[in-house]
Amino acid sequence: MILLTCPCCGPRNVSEFAYGGSLADRPDPADATPREWRDYLYLRDNTRGWVTERWYHRAGCRQFFVVERDTVTDETRDPPAVVDLMPAEPPTAEPPASEGAP
Amino acid sequence: MARPGLGRRGGTRPPRYSAAGLVSHGLTHRDWTPMWRRHELEPVYDVVIIGGGVHGLAAAYYLAANHGISNVAVLDKGYIGGGGSGRNTAILRSNYLTPEGVRFYERSMDLYRGLAADLNFNVMFARRGHLTLAHNDGSLRTMRWRAEVNKLQGVDSEVIGPDEIKRLVPYMDVSAAARYPVLGALYHPPGGIIRHDAVVWGYARGADARGVHIHQDTEVTGIDVAHGKVTGVRTSRGPVSAPVVLNCTAGWSTLICDMAGVQVPVQTFPLQAAVTEPVRPFLDAVVVSGSLHVYVSQTDRGELVFGASVDPYPSYSMRGSLDFIEGLAGHVLELMPSLARLRLLRQWAGLCDMTPDFSPIMGPTPVDGFLVDIGWGTYGFKAGPVSGEAMAATIAAGKPPPLIAPFGLDRFAEGRLLGEKGAASVGH
Repeated sequence: MILLTCPCCGPRNVSEFAYGGSLADRPDPADATPREWRDYLYLRDNTRGWVTERWYHRAGCRQFFVVERDTVTDETRDPPAVVDLMPAEPPTAEPPASEGAP
Repeated sequence: MARPGLGRRGGTRPPRYSAAGLVSHGLTHRDWTPMWRRHELEPVYDVVIIGGGVHGLAAAYYLAANHGISNVAVLDKGYIGGGGSGRNTAILRSNYLTPEGVRFYERSMDLYRGLAADLNFNVMFARRGHLTLAHNDGSLRTMRWRAEVNKLQGVDSEVIGPDEIKRLVPYMDVSAAARYPVLGALYHPPGGIIRHDAVVWGYARGADARGVHIHQDTEVTGIDVAHGKVTGVRTSRGPVSAPVVLNCTAGWSTLICDMAGVQVPVQTFPLQAAVTEPVRPFLDAVVVSGSLHVYVSQTDRGELVFGASVDPYPSYSMRGSLDFIEGLAGHVLELMPSLARLRLLRQWAGLCDMTPDFSPIMGPTPVDGFLVDIGWGTYGFKAGPVSGEAMAATIAAGKPPPLIAPFGLDRFAEGRLLGEKGAASVGH
């Protein structure tokens, strides 16, 4: 792969980016069985063909984004999308244990 | 399992190579006997080996030579030695970090040292000495650790200082003014280089002479499993039934395992290498720098062979890239500034099947009769003979020999990982 298109910065050399891994659902650490947890840690699809994966533009805008890439030719397709790692409303926010300063 | 009289199947056995034979051929200009023969794909074999690289062919050779099992087919979708066996940088060493790893690779070095005589084929093994450079305190500490583990296993390995390095490699910049000063090195005198194609051809010739069928241009398209037991493979040239199927396919290993429904913790990464124009011999030792992600050796033809770490993302692409060459050239010149005018001839990539602990996976799988010899990552070529010998013993005895017992697929589920990342020749 030579060029990767960042949604913010446009096409850049791949050496500017860090690979963020394929999109895998993490099992809940509280009730995952050891087997589920080991599968999550070690097993990857290793697809030969199109994959959807996360990249990080570390030498540019420092945004995570999602790319579709063919692992045989290293071509990418579709405009990449920035990943919102910090949603505006955290879904499981606990109420504070005590009131803070007034 | 062996069928009697298989050694003569499908034609005459090729003659032994000798000086007298060479002179006689030179004078008479007779055609050379092909090193291995072409066969029809038979419907039944005792063992089917998928992947015609050094691992698959060595396994076939030792099955026939050590255990008398010669009704074996080696299937390759391209030509033999066209994958990792023809794309590696042909460096041999046994200075690993874990005792299991050191024992295993030392056995491989033993086999490599006697391989030319064993196969009656010149594999051009050259003992050159192997230097792993340390550029900081942390790596110097790892070198001392490795040296002590190596010595305990009887492997010649020691930590040396910059003066000794300069004596071994006069062109190296060991000054304190370097961007990454060389503080010391792990010196492994038995390390060296070999002609990798010759190893593949030698094993192919030896296996063929003992009755093994080598099928090139034969792609495996499916694996038949019935009641948890493997029954055969489907190929682009028709189906083959076999009670034992061995997967030796390196970068493509997960694709084959998927056909049998076996999940393995392997990801495929390309590793790039490059070679320069040939120059007069000046570099005897193999020089490796983990911090600079580069290893350098000079072949018998005079070319400098450069290798690097694996690319930082998984891919099946075997094309070289410009940013790799830029980084590599900078790092080589950091070590040996006088190479600045040397031109690169070509670059390529090979596929490495990386495991989470940087150690291979050898032995049985949950599917009865389906064995794997995969996950070699960046160490595959130097382990070819010993893994072939061990996998042949596994097939013959029905269970892995003690030498490879720690490398089973079950170690991931049981949490017995064998961390070899510290002995990876370059950082990953």
